[in-house]
Amino acid sequence: MEETTTLDHSADAYEPSLTPDSLGKLGMWLFLISDAMSFGALLAAYGAVRAGAAEWIPPTEVLGINLTAGMTFLLICSSVTMVKALEAIQNGNQSRMCTYLGLTILGGIIFLGLQAYEWTALIKHGLTLTTIPHQGLSGAEISGSVLFGPTFYTITGFHGAHVTGGVIYLIVILIRGLRGTYTAAYNHKVEILGLYWHFVDLIWIMVFTFIYLL
Amino acid sequence: MEHAHKEHPKYMRIFWILSGLTLAEVGVVYLPFPTVVTALLLIGMACSKAAYVALYFMHLKFEQKTLTAIALTPFIICIFLVFMLLPDLMAGARHEGAKAESHAVDTSH
Repeated sequence: MEETTTLDHSADAYEPSLTPDSLGKLGMWLFLISDAMSFGALLAAYGAVRAGAAEWIPPTEVLGINLTAGMTFLLICSSVTMVKALEAIQNGNQSRMCTYLGLTILGGIIFLGLQAYEWTALIKHGLTLTTIPHQGLSGAEISGSVLFGPTFYTITGFHGAHVTGGVIYLIVILIRGLRGTYTAAYNHKVEILGLYWHFVDLIWIMVFTFIYLL
Repeated sequence: MEHAHKEHPKYMRIFWILSGLTLAEVGVVYLPFPTVVTALLLIGMACSKAAYVALYFMHLKFEQKTLTAIALTPFIICIFLVFMLLPDLMAGARHEGAKAESHAVDTSH
C-alpha cells in the first residue's frame, strides 16, 4: 500500500520547492554569508598582524575618527532611504521608490568621495603601503609596524569596492524602476538589492570599530 | 505567495538608535576608560548595531528562524578563526619579544 503511494508521487512532475522570489533572496544571503567570511578573514588577519607586531601605532593617532564617524552616519542614512524605497514600491508608489533609490545612490557616491578624500590626505601625510607617518595627529612622534598601511588600505579598499559595486547595482535597479518594471506585486529584486546594500552598511559598522576605533 | 511584511517596522526609530550608538562609540574613544573596558564597550556596541541592521533593515526578524541560523554561521566560524590564529600569535609574540631584547638599541631608531 505504501509503495503504491510512493510511486504515485514520483509519477508527478518534480516541483521546485524554491519560488523565484525565495531563490533570489536565498542566493543573495548565501553570497553575503561567503562575503562576510572574506571580511571576517581579513579582520582576523589584521588582528593577527597587529597582535604579532612588536609595536603598533594607535589608529586614532593617524586616522581621523570624526570624518569616518560622519561616513558611518552617511551609510546609516542611505540604509534608511533604501528601506524607504522598498516600502514605497511595496505600496505601489513607483516615483517615490525612484526618489529614495536616487538618494541612496547619492549617499553611496558621497561616501566614496569622502573615502577618496581621506585616502589622499593619509597618503600625503605619509601613510602608504610601505611607509608610516612619523608624526601623529596629536603632534607626538609615533613609530610602529609598517604593516599599518597595507592592512588599512586592503580592508577599507575592499569595502570601498563593495560600495562601488553597490552604487552600480543601485543605478541598474533605478533605471529599471524608472522604466516601470517594479510594481506592488513584483518587487523582490528591489528587496534583494536592499539586502546587499544593508550588508555593506553592516560591514562598515564592523570596519569602523575594528580599524578606526580599537 | 504574498509577502507577510507589508506592515513595515518603524525605521526612523532604528535610525535614531544607530545614530546614537555611533555617537556613543566616538564618545567612548575619547573617554579615559581602561583599554579592556573601551574594547568591550566598542565591540558590544558594534555587534548591537550590526544586529539592528540585520534584524530590521534586512528583515531577518520577520523571516523564518532558519535564515537567522544560516546568517549567523560566518560569525561563529570567525570566532573559531580567531582562536585558530591564537597559537600562531603567541609563537610570533615570543619570537618578536626575543628579537626586541637582542636588538633593543637598534629598534629605538
